[in-house]
Amino acid sequence: MAITGVLVSVDQFLNIKLDNIKVVDEERYPHMLAVKNCFIRGSVVRYVQLPAQSVDTALLQDAARRERQQPAASGRR
Amino acid sequence: MDDHAPLEGSGIEEPLDLVRLSLDERIYVKLRGDRELRGKLHAYDGHLNMVLGDVEETITVVDVNEETSEEVIRIVKRNCEMLFVRGDGVILSQESEWKNAPRQRINHSCIKNI
Repeated sequence: MAITGVLVSVDQFLNIKLDNIKVVDEERYPHMLAVKNCFIRGSVVRYVQLPAQSVDTALLQDAARRERQQPAASGRR
Repeated sequence: MDDHAPLEGSGIEEPLDLVRLSLDERIYVKLRGDRELRGKLHAYDGHLNMVLGDVEETITVVDVNEETSEEVIRIVKRNCEMLFVRGDGVILSQESEWKNAPRQRINHSCIKNI
């Protein structure tokens, strides 16, 4: 199941809160039609598709290199 | 300890350092559920959570014909500009160009002295 929506928050477990959600394949999951916002347990997530223009890839790369030098130093996400 | 000397300064100390060498490169990722990704690695962490750009996802689906119980393999491809991948689904990652000749590349690269 794929859900699109406005990302409200993410926590340390990568649990996700979404507002204004829309299930991508509505015919298959009609019981979700009435749901407007949701909380998704991080462990059941396979992918998060992101809008490419809102991702700073240079910043991400630097952060990934730094994380290697100081593992788990940053708790913020 | 002498065995480790050639690695000094190369920044290679643990397996994840090989993933670091793939940063900003196109990589191949094999995932659980007969899924594969090819894309540019922008970031990763210790769980192998990753952010990939210009991704092509390949899903291998096996359809079984109910009458003949014949197995038909179907390949589904999808594209995505930017994708966060949760690490628990990752089986392996490698630089894309290694796909066809992994042995030679690994022998010539920095991990030969590990």
